[in-house]
Amino acid sequence: MAGLKTTPNLNRTDDVYQALIDAQEVLSPADAERFRARLILLLANQVGDDEAVQEAIASAAEGLENADGS
Amino acid sequence: MAKSFAYETYPYRRSSDQDASTPVHHPVVVVGGGLVGLAFAVDMALHGVPVVVVDDNNQVSTGSRSICVAKRSLEIFDRLGIGDRCVEKGITWNKGKVLRGDHLLYAFDLQPEPGHKRPAFINLQQYYVESYLVDRFNELGVGEARWLNKVTSVAQHDDHVALTIETPDGPYDITCDWLIAADGVKSAVRHALDLPFVGETFNDHFLITDVVMQSDMPTERRFWFDPSFHGGGSALLHKQPDSVWRIDLQLGPDADREEEMKEENILPRLHAMLGQDAKFTIDWGSLYTFQCRRLEKFRHDRVLFVGDAAHTVSPFGARGGNGGIQDIDNLAWKLVAVLNGSAPDSLVESYDAERIPAADENIMNSTRATDFMAPKNATMALFREAVLDLAEHHPFARAFVNSGRLSVPDIYENSPLSTACDADASDGLPPGSPAMDAPITVEGRDTWLLDHFGGHFCLLDMNQDGAAHEDPGMHVFKIGRDFQDTHGMAEQRYGSGIYLMRPDQHVAARFASFDADAIRTAQRHALGGT
Ligand SMILES: Cc1cc2nc3c(=O)[nH]c(=O)nc-3n(C[C@H](O)[C@H](O)[C@H](O)COP(=O)(O)OP(=O)(O)OC[C@H]3O[C@@H](n4cnc5c(N)ncnc54)[C@H](O)[C@@H]3O)c2cc1C
Repeated sequence: MAGLKTTPNLNRTDDVYQALIDAQEVLSPADAERFRARLILLLANQVGDDEAVQEAIASAAEGLENADGS
Repeated sequence: MAKSFAYETYPYRRSSDQDASTPVHHPVVVVGGGLVGLAFAVDMALHGVPVVVVDDNNQVSTGSRSICVAKRSLEIFDRLGIGDRCVEKGITWNKGKVLRGDHLLYAFDLQPEPGHKRPAFINLQQYYVESYLVDRFNELGVGEARWLNKVTSVAQHDDHVALTIETPDGPYDITCDWLIAADGVKSAVRHALDLPFVGETFNDHFLITDVVMQSDMPTERRFWFDPSFHGGGSALLHKQPDSVWRIDLQLGPDADREEEMKEENILPRLHAMLGQDAKFTIDWGSLYTFQCRRLEKFRHDRVLFVGDAAHTVSPFGARGGNGGIQDIDNLAWKLVAVLNGSAPDSLVESYDAERIPAADENIMNSTRATDFMAPKNATMALFREAVLDLAEHHPFARAFVNSGRLSVPDIYENSPLSTACDADASDGLPPGSPAMDAPITVEGRDTWLLDHFGGHFCLLDMNQDGAAHEDPGMHVFKIGRDFQDTHGMAEQRYGSGIYLMRPDQHVAARFASFDADAIRTAQRHALGGT
């Protein structure tokens, strides 16, 4: 498949962004974390492309350091 | 010992080796007459090669331990001659339920794929399988099993291996050309050679019990995450023959072994699960922590490690015993070829090349399942909860639920014994893969493809041409001539071309058309030649 899309792919970007914030703002930090985990799983399945999901995982990790400093 | 099983005690017999003034030499000695060592001994006996099996015990497996026998093991057992007994005694099951708390998340039905002689898996206690193997070994009458013979030292020399064996009559020494270490997870041979066993040990304890219970509960696998009857862990209920039910209860990292093994502490746990007035007796039980570890190499000169002695996994996915059976399936024919001079010693190297990746795959799958069931950190716990949250209403999430991915046979993808395929690779089986079964008719009789393969090299000719071929020096099964593909399933699974099958029913090579020279070259290559 085509792999990870990195150019705009949504129409109402601001609405989606706001919905993400709104859904979490009302939650406790623990529930917000749970919410994000569920959302990741739902979206990964929606993408339906193992390679794209793996690339997204790598992309999201970019620039973040391992907790042990390595 | 399991109370429901009638254990036979195998007699200790004094061997003439014990009276010899110098150590008697044997071509092959197998240390350990457990599941894997016995299967190896039977395989060698079928090839007419006598081995000496020494076992420190005189009975089969104390507890039922392994209960899930996978299809590939059953196919190997067919070749060894105990497949029918296993399947007749065993329980075939397809259905299961996954619960969270006391609430059903989903039910599943693993409908078997049609056109295979054997089901995807059966449940059968390990002691049954071992007892069938002992019977078969005795029936073949090639080789010798020495019970109450405990190996206490092993020394590797240039041209032989020397052993000291302890018996009720005291110790004696023997030597051998090849030593098969099938002495289980605590392998004395591994310790004697001081070989590191590398990997991971999991913290959680699991209480594993078998109970005998008359119950009309359906034959299905039930798995609970955090049930209210058992705070803080997972639980499993699964049926075995003889009204024996397997129960796994996760106890967490701090369980006190001595306390937890007391019947007065086990009973309330079981009653909470099965009902306060449930009538059952405890048949066998043990407390385990699990590990996923392996030797860096399975071959150490003249010593070859198989089964749990070579690699061990947590039982989720039933890959321990099933993986070990595939080890011996891989090793026996190679050692036979080396012993009878039709292959160089180096053929044995390919045992490492093929079975180490297989062990790694089993370790990876077992580790993932164990991590899902007993999350080691906050991230694992978070994602597991998220998966379970979604699984009830979203079928996609059920695919993430992992209480064991059942053992499937390994494809020896990068095997040094395979010859690259020159046939249309878009269908059929690639070199390295195990043969696939199919229903066929031979001389008007319904039979199975796999019943005709194994033990020797052979050719499966899928080309529907009428051509007469030069004799390739091995048995040729031609579709349309020797085998009638009445259901079209052989063609569906194999496509066209000529398959060179190894003695362990794996594909060595596949050719578009018949070329006796190419076939001979591929066979030489599959025997470790260049
Ligand atoms: C609770 C549980 C559930 C499991 N469920 C499954 C399952 O469903 N499916 C599956 O495939 N696997 C399962 N397994 C794993 C399976 O039981 C093992 O992988 C299998 O027993 C390995 O067989 P083995 O012959 O290598 O070792 P073992 O069965 O341990 O046999 C080793 C033998 O060597 C002998 N021995 C040891 N030391 C010496 C010595 N010094 N001298 C002579 N003899 C010696 C022992 O007496 C024993 O007979 C399970 C394991 C457990 C604990």
